[in-house]
Amino acid sequence: MRSFVALFRKELRSYFGSPLVYLVAAAFLAYTGYYFHSDLIYFITFGFGLNIMENFWQILLIDIRLVLIFAIPLLTMRLLAEERRLGTLELLLTYPLGDRAIVAAKLGACLVVIGALLGGTLVYPAWVYHVQPFALKPLVAGYLGLILFSLACASYGLFVSSLTDSQVLAGFLTALPLLLLWLLSWNEAASAAGTLPVVRAISLFNHFQPFSVGLVELRDVFYFAFVAGLFVWATLRVLEARQWRGRR
Amino acid sequence: MISVEHLTKYYGTTCAVDDVSFTIGRGEVAALLGPNGSGKSTLMRVLTGYFPPTAGRVCIDGADVAEQPAAARRRIGYLPEQVSLYPELTVRRYLAFVAEVKGLGGRARRAAVADAIARCGLAEVADRLAGKLSKGYRQRVGLAQALVGDADVLVLDEPTVGLDPMQTVEMRALLRTLAGRTMLLSTHILSEAAALCSRIVILSRGRLVAVDTPEGLAQRLAGLAQLAVRVDGPADTVAAALGTLPGVVRVERRRPDGLAGTPFALFAHDPEPVQRALGAAMVARGWTLLEVRASPPTLEDLFVHLVGSADRPGS
Repeated sequence: MRSFVALFRKELRSYFGSPLVYLVAAAFLAYTGYYFHSDLIYFITFGFGLNIMENFWQILLIDIRLVLIFAIPLLTMRLLAEERRLGTLELLLTYPLGDRAIVAAKLGACLVVIGALLGGTLVYPAWVYHVQPFALKPLVAGYLGLILFSLACASYGLFVSSLTDSQVLAGFLTALPLLLLWLLSWNEAASAAGTLPVVRAISLFNHFQPFSVGLVELRDVFYFAFVAGLFVWATLRVLEARQWRGRR
Repeated sequence: MISVEHLTKYYGTTCAVDDVSFTIGRGEVAALLGPNGSGKSTLMRVLTGYFPPTAGRVCIDGADVAEQPAAARRRIGYLPEQVSLYPELTVRRYLAFVAEVKGLGGRARRAAVADAIARCGLAEVADRLAGKLSKGYRQRVGLAQALVGDADVLVLDEPTVGLDPMQTVEMRALLRTLAGRTMLLSTHILSEAAALCSRIVILSRGRLVAVDTPEGLAQRLAGLAQLAVRVDGPADTVAAALGTLPGVVRVERRRPDGLAGTPFALFAHDPEPVQRALGAAMVARGWTLLEVRASPPTLEDLFVHLVGSADRPGS
């Protein structure tokens, strides 16, 4: 446990000791801030039956999630790729520290950073609430969706980062499929009738959408938890692979 | 303290370490000696639990590295061949991180870090970023992180490689101050092994060639005398002719050193008849004998003798 905490703290220190996090945070808040502004103007101008959850927060949450798709790969790409490139991974793997603790500490630190980014966006509802109170519970569900979505994306990013020693490649290969999975079901008419259920089942959009209108559905929670678990498992296998080589 | 039993390690179909067994007692300082690519680093990586052996086992103080990795790793301080540090951490922070990972907290951690900094002469750079250190300091930080947590077994992979002569001397002095701990250090420098270690394990192409004390190894060489010879003549023909002299076991051509003629080393069990026959043989072929000098066998010669000239680095 102590060694886990040590690595977790070191990871946080590495994050906040590099300019990347601040640049990502600045860009993240700038983009989400812009979306907040533009979506709010849209809501005020067109109204659409005055359901703030459906006509404003839903749009904003989906937009925040789009920004996350670009921000998360920038945060996960260095996690293991950097250790591999520097050669620090070898030493790390010889410390009395299990592979699980390594993965948990790295993913944990990354989630803290993402949590901080999302925390920054709480200014928007706080301000709207100050001007005009609204029902908070659905919005909490929306944020829960964002957190689960981030967890799934971050563990995928961690997995990709474990495969290469190039951060750029890791970032790129994380962002691309995430974007694809998001776009997949945008235009349902583009999918053949037979493939549509499959597309819906794996699409990040379809599983996030209920959260964005304030619904927490078990299958969506399960979907994100499953994706996260799958890639944590895969990352552990990649770390373990050094032990299989040459085994007969 | 360290026991290696029939250790074999394959990378795919390449055999890196082949059925190696030896033991190192508590407090003993041993050298793992061998040319580049002889399996030293692989053996050390198995020892530190980085990856398991293909066959055989390694125990650190009774704890099997593959089966009880946590217990074994806690006893080991490892200095990899390439010392890699986190560039964004200061030396002090980095060492504190290592100490904490190794299970030290609070006061014990601070004490361990302070001790490692003092021992390795890092006080000057303790608050500098690790990414900005010179090679010599990086190597010392690497040693410091191995020492932190009071590891009683130190596994040091080429601790002096890439250091300038001054830093090498300092590093060796530093290693000498660590006496009392069980140490296995790898090197391809024989003088280093002889100077620091009470036991030498020689590897060649993954196989164990010899395990002995430096003195024991020197004794094995006692019957093998070496003559330094310098001849002005066609080098290849001269080498062949030298090889036919009575009593000569082996002829080696030394690198030209800018002086006249070609330098050779002759190995013989009894040098005297060779010395007597040499002059006449050279003169008979019309070559000039520029130098004959008997030189006592060095560990270098022993090494070449044991592993064969084909395995020598650079050949």
